[in-house]
Amino acid sequence: MIKEFKIFRQHGKQFVPNPGNVELAPLFRGRPIISNLPDEKEIDKLLALCPTNAIVAKPFGIDLGKCVFCKECHFLIPNKINFTNDYKIATNDRKKLIIGFGDNTPVKLNPDLVRKEIRKVFKNSLKLRQISAAGDNSGEMELNASGNVNFDMGRYGIEFVASPRHADGIVITGPISENMAEATQICYDATPDPKLIILVGTDAISGGIFEGSPAINRDFLKKYPVDLYVPGNPAHPLTFINGILSLLGKKS
Amino acid sequence: MTHKHTIEIQNNGAPVLLKDIPVLEYPEFSHQVKDLLADQNCHCVAYYAIPFEKKLKFLCCIANDLTSKVHAFSHDQKTSGVVLESLSSEIFAMHVYEREIHENYGVQFLHHPWLKPVRFPFARFNRNSTMNNYPFFQIESEELHEVGVGPIHAGVIEPGHFRFICNGENVIHLEIHLGYQHRGIEKLMLDKNNPLQRMILAESIAGDSAVAHGLAHTGLVESLAGIDVPQRLQIERSIALELERIAVHIGDTGALCTDVAYQFGQVVNEALRTTIINTTQLWCGNRFGKGLIRPGGTNYPSDADFIAAMMSTLKDSGQRFADMADRIFSLPSVLSRFDGIGVFTQEQARLTGAVGMAARITGINRDIRKSHPFQYFKNHSFDPTMLTSGDVLARSLLRKLEVKQSIELIKTWAEILMDSMEILPRPQYNYKLQPESFAISLCEGWRGEICHSAITGKDGEIIHYKIKDPSFHNWMALALAVRNQEISDFPVCNKSFNLSYCGNDL
Repeated sequence: MIKEFKIFRQHGKQFVPNPGNVELAPLFRGRPIISNLPDEKEIDKLLALCPTNAIVAKPFGIDLGKCVFCKECHFLIPNKINFTNDYKIATNDRKKLIIGFGDNTPVKLNPDLVRKEIRKVFKNSLKLRQISAAGDNSGEMELNASGNVNFDMGRYGIEFVASPRHADGIVITGPISENMAEATQICYDATPDPKLIILVGTDAISGGIFEGSPAINRDFLKKYPVDLYVPGNPAHPLTFINGILSLLGKKS
Repeated sequence: MTHKHTIEIQNNGAPVLLKDIPVLEYPEFSHQVKDLLADQNCHCVAYYAIPFEKKLKFLCCIANDLTSKVHAFSHDQKTSGVVLESLSSEIFAMHVYEREIHENYGVQFLHHPWLKPVRFPFARFNRNSTMNNYPFFQIESEELHEVGVGPIHAGVIEPGHFRFICNGENVIHLEIHLGYQHRGIEKLMLDKNNPLQRMILAESIAGDSAVAHGLAHTGLVESLAGIDVPQRLQIERSIALELERIAVHIGDTGALCTDVAYQFGQVVNEALRTTIINTTQLWCGNRFGKGLIRPGGTNYPSDADFIAAMMSTLKDSGQRFADMADRIFSLPSVLSRFDGIGVFTQEQARLTGAVGMAARITGINRDIRKSHPFQYFKNHSFDPTMLTSGDVLARSLLRKLEVKQSIELIKTWAEILMDSMEILPRPQYNYKLQPESFAISLCEGWRGEICHSAITGKDGEIIHYKIKDPSFHNWMALALAVRNQEISDFPVCNKSFNLSYCGNDL
């Protein structure tokens, strides 16, 4: 017991007091800024370099839904593209994930796209069922971390639950493999209405590096509207928590 | 002992020309495999088939842990209707290699004891073999019942299906049906024929081992391209690998506490793991080290400030972890759930060809860092930590001991880094690979041995890429360890192995 008290004291307060206001490591690869427009030659080089076609040529931009945050575009033209440590990059509007020249404002939610019942029903309690559909386990570990002693999303009434029948929505990680397509559908069908679909990580949003693989099957996503996109490789727990808070219209 | 029917290769060593790999007749090949594996210091690190010049080429690599040599040899068969006498009937450790070849190309292996699907790849030979008709082992009995779990589990983890046959609470048999995570990575390694894309793919094989798989990949392309990297970079890479090991081991210790309802151990270890992965984030901007390992150079050279910050975190968190672990391993309520549970014996480990932690908890000295050293381990003598009891307790204790050992390693290396501040090269994405060659790269990740190998074509393009995660062997270890255990002990057994679903499914 005495030993436990000693550890308890060492442990101190571990929780992040305000998940909406954290200064992450300076090198954390979050929202990019395009401060100078690359010339045509540079754009060609960027298009050839980017591993996941996240570079949009016209008008020039970076699509965070496809970006794997390798930051190689920055290393190619460091004085024109940079990545900030702004982790609040989740939104419900796929178009807002494209960062254009000169954009230097936080990625925002589009309130018009939030279904009415979401905030009414889920604001104070949101239970989610996670589906790893060929995720590489880093995204899953970050989602687990979202509920841990540091990030503690439970304080907002947000939790992962074991059964889809207890859930208010599903959280998909991974590009959705053909072999997981049926289970994903069954899990979604088992979740009672109204329900959310949240895509976490670049693999889930666009297929990421797995785009075009004959082993993935993304038909499920063609059938239903997506309520939240949480980019990242993997998405940081703070990106996930803040994304959900803004979807629910809650303050951090 | 020399083996005249093989060619010797070294881990991350110079590639060999494909035509120099001996092609044996199958009986001779089979004899060679058995001859090599009769020595307990040898184990098979790769055996696979590829369609090559209108034939099916079977490549085998057997590593000798004493001499640090890898023996490569092969046999050729026609492309269809191949029937071979299985090696697994005599050497069970070969079972999973033959299953994979059977699944991919329809090769029949006579007398194979367990010719089951491995991962249901998109290009499998038998399209009638589907995820929904996996041929589970069944026992007809009125006394037994079956329990099916997954693919989606209660927690936030990867998908896989477990089918138990139980007698009351007792597990008689567990069969593990995988494949849900199959993304076709080996094929993408060829399709996405751009070095950066391949690097990102390698980091995504198993995100919890991004550094280890990244290192196996860079080691492979660097040897095929003849790139030598400076010693400082090798040290930094080795540090990254050990940081990954420390973080996962601490996290797993916490998760093991969760499974036996010791919440204090869980939360303390969660917080400690955060400090380690945040150190990796401080270094390269990603908590899993994605982006840190690159061929030929680095985007994130370490500086004195970072090394000082890392050492201070390791000192503090290392001490706190040691205190916490002492407490965990002295609590009767924890020990009674760990001690003697899920025993995996040395005999079983040899039989199944277990690697990494699963082998070292049974007293088998199998660690690539010692036997086939890579990166800075080439210059650093290293003695693997081993335990012998093979139970959940051994698997948790090994984590505690390996964390301590890794911290010591990093401490020594950090001092070398502090002494000199040479400037490291940037990554190379325009490398040219030696044509018509074969190379192999082994790396000891936190789970165990990772093996990447590749074959290049006439213009140095990669025409075949093979990935092997330790889980490929060790899933069978889990299935054996839970036999005759209570089904309620399955979660803690599963967590103690903590195998990769995506690493197996690729």
